[in-house]
Amino acid sequence: MDDLIVRTVTKWIVPFIQVYGIFIILHGHISPGGGFSGGAVLGSSIILITLSLGYKKASGIISHNTSALLESGSIIWYVLIGIVGIISGNNFLTNRGSGFYMGEVGDVISSGMIPLITVAIGIKVASTVITLFHTIIEED
Amino acid sequence: MQIFNVILIIFLITCAIAVERTKDLLAAVIIFASYSFFVALLWLLLRAPDIALTEAAIGAGVTTMLFVGVISKTRRME
Repeated sequence: MDDLIVRTVTKWIVPFIQVYGIFIILHGHISPGGGFSGGAVLGSSIILITLSLGYKKASGIISHNTSALLESGSIIWYVLIGIVGIISGNNFLTNRGSGFYMGEVGDVISSGMIPLITVAIGIKVASTVITLFHTIIEED
Repeated sequence: MQIFNVILIIFLITCAIAVERTKDLLAAVIIFASYSFFVALLWLLLRAPDIALTEAAIGAGVTTMLFVGVISKTRRME
């Protein structure tokens, strides 16, 4: 789609979409939303770039290998956070008992491991959405 | 408030019938996106804002883009 208006609007609006997605991910434990919704918003911003500016430009931003690496790395990060609970002598994904910083209720840095896990889920969902769309688009 | 709820459900049923009646697949995909939007508004009225956020992002955004990507690879008319 080679249209001047679409390209210009995309260049202006994509940073705001990405900031909104990161906001939803980071505030997942104190407001509606979380890793899945924020990751979907982040992924759809890259899909918007693919649709309006072309596959070459989008794969320059995040290539197929990078997206596969992010997808696997974030789930390994999730499992490692869970194993911290086992190492400290509790169950898998134990939060308060394994010594994570709990903080004040309502702060962004609070509630122990939940923000770390939400970031991992957000990266996983965003890279999965990007990989799905690029797999459909690139075969031509 | 109940009137608004009933109006949304009437729009929802109209969109669902229009999706399966339409012969143009691209128009059907756009109507399906509006269907997802009405479902998201209904979730918001049922006090589930996180589900509404996910429905608006997945149903109206990503699913529409995936369908448009598939239609650009195949035929447009049914």
